[in-house]
Amino acid sequence: MRTIKQIFAVTWLNLANLPQRLASSIVAVIGVAAVVLVFAAVLSMAKGFERTMLSAGSDDTAIIMRSGSTSELNSGLSNEQTLIVANAPGVLKEGDATVMSAELYVIVDVKKRSTNTDANVPFRGIQAGGFDVRKNVTLAEGRRFEPGKNEIVVGRSAQQEFVGLDLGSKIRFGQTEWEIVGTFEAGGSVSESELWTDVRVLQGAYRRGNSFQSVRVKLESEDSLAILAQNLKDDPRIDPDVLSEREYYSTQAEGLSKFIRMVGYPLTILMAIGAIFGALNSMYSSVSVRGKEIATLRALGFGPFSVLVSTIVESTLLALLGGIVGGAIAFLVFNGFQVSTLNGPSFSQVVFDFAVTPDLLIQGLQAALLIGVVGGFFPAIRAARLPVAQALREL
Amino acid sequence: MSDVLAELRGVSRTYQKGKEKVEVLHELDLDIPDGDFLAIMGPSGSGKTTLLNLLGGLDKPTSGSVKVGDAVLSSLSNSQLSNWRSTHVGFIFQFYNLLPVLSAQKNVELPLLLTNFSAKERAKRASIALEIVGLAERANHRPRELSGGQEQRVAIARAIVSDPSLLLCDEPTGDLDRETADEILNLLQTLNREHGKTIVMVTHDAQAAGYAKRTLMCDKGKLEAREETA
Repeated sequence: MRTIKQIFAVTWLNLANLPQRLASSIVAVIGVAAVVLVFAAVLSMAKGFERTMLSAGSDDTAIIMRSGSTSELNSGLSNEQTLIVANAPGVLKEGDATVMSAELYVIVDVKKRSTNTDANVPFRGIQAGGFDVRKNVTLAEGRRFEPGKNEIVVGRSAQQEFVGLDLGSKIRFGQTEWEIVGTFEAGGSVSESELWTDVRVLQGAYRRGNSFQSVRVKLESEDSLAILAQNLKDDPRIDPDVLSEREYYSTQAEGLSKFIRMVGYPLTILMAIGAIFGALNSMYSSVSVRGKEIATLRALGFGPFSVLVSTIVESTLLALLGGIVGGAIAFLVFNGFQVSTLNGPSFSQVVFDFAVTPDLLIQGLQAALLIGVVGGFFPAIRAARLPVAQALREL
Repeated sequence: MSDVLAELRGVSRTYQKGKEKVEVLHELDLDIPDGDFLAIMGPSGSGKTTLLNLLGGLDKPTSGSVKVGDAVLSSLSNSQLSNWRSTHVGFIFQFYNLLPVLSAQKNVELPLLLTNFSAKERAKRASIALEIVGLAERANHRPRELSGGQEQRVAIARAIVSDPSLLLCDEPTGDLDRETADEILNLLQTLNREHGKTIVMVTHDAQAAGYAKRTLMCDKGKLEAREETA
């Protein structure tokens, strides 16, 4: 109890003394704030991208592509094969109809609003069941496309990010002119980066005959995935890869997320090392400025342990303040900031928001605390070992 | 004077200055009776403050033993010395060494944080100590709002608040004018005579030494009696 009281007292004195060494303390706080800001900002890209990709995926929806395909773009299925999928066990039926959509996936050039340069935008042909197999898809404005017509519904994110996709406008891809008749939302998921039309119209416009690239089916239950996969594997007429939609998007997100992390973590570590030096400088200056005070307290009977702990506590509190400032700036500036980037496997733009999530902020604060403890440790040792008699004489 | 409170036997203190060894105190023997008021004079670098630091457990002898009360200081660890200092000794410095962010009252309460007294009891004891030094009405003032003499009184209150038997004063009037110095020295004399505190005071000032019961001259690491002054 006495030790804790001592630690509180000495820590309070340290903090009360802060105004006397404001400059070095602010430098330390800013250093840590910068680390947490960069950490949260960079990794919020990965978080936002993952969230966009994974929120589109559901465990009770399966996506079937040709075996060995790394994405829908390089997959191919015949009409007959899509019918085999439709009739396979495990696929949900509503009445006589299966809940499924055989789809075609092409890429079109649309200009980005931010740079006015062409970007690859996914243009998907879906069947009538395309809306039913995707969760959270709602028509926000306008209407659905009419089968057989050159009409498009666009995802909300795509509409915000690219030029010429406003409701009611017309846009030309190749020789064909399309009309935007509706806007859909899908909880900010990757689906919102796409344009959708009737798959039969898209097949005709892009001369794809009667071929498709993927089939999405609603499963009877999550457990039905294995049954469906096994049945299709056993069928010699089709050689498919069967994945849950969540698994598919998780694989699609992996590359870019890994890349961002590969950049983000080393950058954070490098900056953290810099911030540790900032904290060290601040705390050495604190110990030096407070030499008289520390020596006096030691002479009065305060133990070296309380001096050591209070110095570390001070450093940690400064770092924590930096962490809170950095995290707050990251949240206010970056959270929800919308960007688009090319996703390698699908070779198309994915529009996503930076996501400064609570776990990122907690990790940032943990990094700040670590910087504080390490930055305070060596100065604390110096403070605790201060030769009292000598320090008093030098005053 | 009665029992011996502090006892130094064969105490030497050597410092390493670069490659050179400097012996500040040489095989010193000294008895300080309980209730003594001892002034130590001598030229700069003669070892006066070193002697004071050894008596206060702020330094350890290179050889010999320092015993204060029942404690053999030369054999205690740093943590044990900290504990011992908190209850057995009070320090009074030339430049007061008050903490500028604390009021006089809180400065005086500081040593009591090392005890198990409640906050109320700490405040009460600090008030009594400030009353003894005649500064009760300045309890809420910070050091920068006090004169040098008042600051030294607060420092004395801080030194006596935990009721130590030994007060160690290092040039307590070195930063004060004559009149204020006399007030402080009178206060120390009162603490010695009426409150039974044993006082060891290092000073350059012969007039200050005149307030002590006896004076020792420290020179070249040795002590010798000057004269009985009271």
